[in-house]
Amino acid sequence: MAVSYTSREQIEVYRFNWAVAVAVPLSAIFLQAFVPRWIPSFSTYFDLPLLVVIFFAMARRSQVMGLITGAVIGLVQDSLTPHPLGMYGIAKTVVGYGASSLGVKLDVESVGTRLLVTTGFYVVHQVIYFTIARVLVGLDLHWSWSRELVAAVANAILGVILFTLMDRLKQRA
Amino acid sequence: MGRYRNVSILAAAVFIQLIGLAYQIRKQPSKDSQESSRLIRVWTISAITPFEKIIVRLQTGTANLWHNYVYLRGVRQENRDLKEQLEQLQLEQVRLQQDATQARRLQALLGFKEQFIDQTVAAQVIGSSGSEQSRTVYLDKGSDAGIRQGMPVISAHGIVGKVILVQPTVSQVLLISDQTSGVGTILEQSRLQGVLKGRTSGELVLDKVMSEEDVKAGERVLTSGGDQIFPKGLPVGTIGEVKRGGEFLEVHVKPAASLNHLEEVLVITKKQEREPETARTSSIRASDILAQRLPSVPDKPAESAPGTQASGTVEGGIAKPVTAAPPAAQGTVKPNLPPTSGTQAITHTGVSATTPPISKPAQPKAANPGLGAAGTTSSGNGQGLSRPTPGGANSQKPATTTPAPPQIQTGDTPQ
Repeated sequence: MAVSYTSREQIEVYRFNWAVAVAVPLSAIFLQAFVPRWIPSFSTYFDLPLLVVIFFAMARRSQVMGLITGAVIGLVQDSLTPHPLGMYGIAKTVVGYGASSLGVKLDVESVGTRLLVTTGFYVVHQVIYFTIARVLVGLDLHWSWSRELVAAVANAILGVILFTLMDRLKQRA
Repeated sequence: MGRYRNVSILAAAVFIQLIGLAYQIRKQPSKDSQESSRLIRVWTISAITPFEKIIVRLQTGTANLWHNYVYLRGVRQENRDLKEQLEQLQLEQVRLQQDATQARRLQALLGFKEQFIDQTVAAQVIGSSGSEQSRTVYLDKGSDAGIRQGMPVISAHGIVGKVILVQPTVSQVLLISDQTSGVGTILEQSRLQGVLKGRTSGELVLDKVMSEEDVKAGERVLTSGGDQIFPKGLPVGTIGEVKRGGEFLEVHVKPAASLNHLEEVLVITKKQEREPETARTSSIRASDILAQRLPSVPDKPAESAPGTQASGTVEGGIAKPVTAAPPAAQGTVKPNLPPTSGTQAITHTGVSATTPPISKPAQPKAANPGLGAAGTTSSGNGQGLSRPTPGGANSQKPATTTPAPPQIQTGDTPQ
């Protein structure tokens, strides 16, 4: 599992076709809502919109674009739930910003980096989400480290597969 | 300043969302929290649900094609089995109708009002919220089909949830397993009432049950009607694990409806609150069913003068003898059972009980049905046939009795 630093000269910045930038996040949100119809535990362990936020943020390597992508995807995800808007929004805004910041410093094309980054950001995302849900919204959520770590690893593995597929949609800026 | 530009934008983005969140939370107690963000929700749902509908319909269409045209193997055997099952259920239904009639009669006596499911809309589950922390599903029907916010949603097995957001063609249902949900329930045997709540994990738990209460695993949980959403008596689930310790019990409930694999549901669009009906006219009676199934003897020619009342009647819930019956007399039943000293009546419980020969019992007063005749046989509406009582046949004596030939009477109850 190799994690390597990247100099500023080596940084590859990518952009996406506008259709891809809209369709991929929408597809992720759609699948996140639709797959539990057949696999009820899917939403327990996987967060496809989060993976998309991490991928776009790391590929674009722009902190502003990263946080905007995270905010928009998070708010759309929020709007499918009966809870107040902003819970996923804030969590994904921070993740988008963090992933793009990290993308500038790390070689995020390698499998090892992707696994570690996705695992770490999943945990960060969940910590922020749970904090907001419990402290601000007053939901009675139960935190389970074992479940969150299993979910983090599961997302990281799925993320590596999806990132490889989505790499084909990238265009050099 | 340029150095902190991106961090400032991040702080601003988070701050704006926090303000928005606080605004929605503040509005929550007085008004529905979803109202303040309705537009965004409408856009999202409008963008997502059409695809879900298309896929679900394609899936349903394919499944129907398979079942209707391809998968015909074993259909005959299944049909035979189902017919047998139907006959069993018909008999069971008659028995239950009798019990229900008696319950309604008692409720009417006490002036109870009951909520009845008057109208439902069938809908298909097309998606979920996609979040572990909120257990909601989307239905493919909305306000265009008559669905409104707050309506209860049930499945064939039990209650499912309530409608929390409605759009013209889509509606969102909060499942009973969501932690913000609460359902008024009652235990079937012990009649213990409680509020059923969901947990983050999706489990259902009966809230605030004192530790001294006797709650047994396996007992059925029904809706109590106390939440003003679900009509009383709908199945909720069964008691699973009961954990003791502390002031309250931890009573886990297994949902009757499969909340994780919902496909088709019914939205109760109209409930009616009315006093229980005691007069039911179209019920099937055990004797009708048995008359169809047992061998019969040919009809006897009419002996009495033409014009005599031919059809058999039941008054006060007790068979009235037929004085003359032309062969094609409506409602007359061929005697299927051997003659006895009295009328061999088939009760609605599906049990044969010998009753004394009765011609016409005293009609109970309408305002006080069920209490008019001795022996508790009369219902006043033709529903309550003889019930065996501990005192035996002779204990069931209505006010007036005259000898009657052994004959089973059927036909619709006179009003």
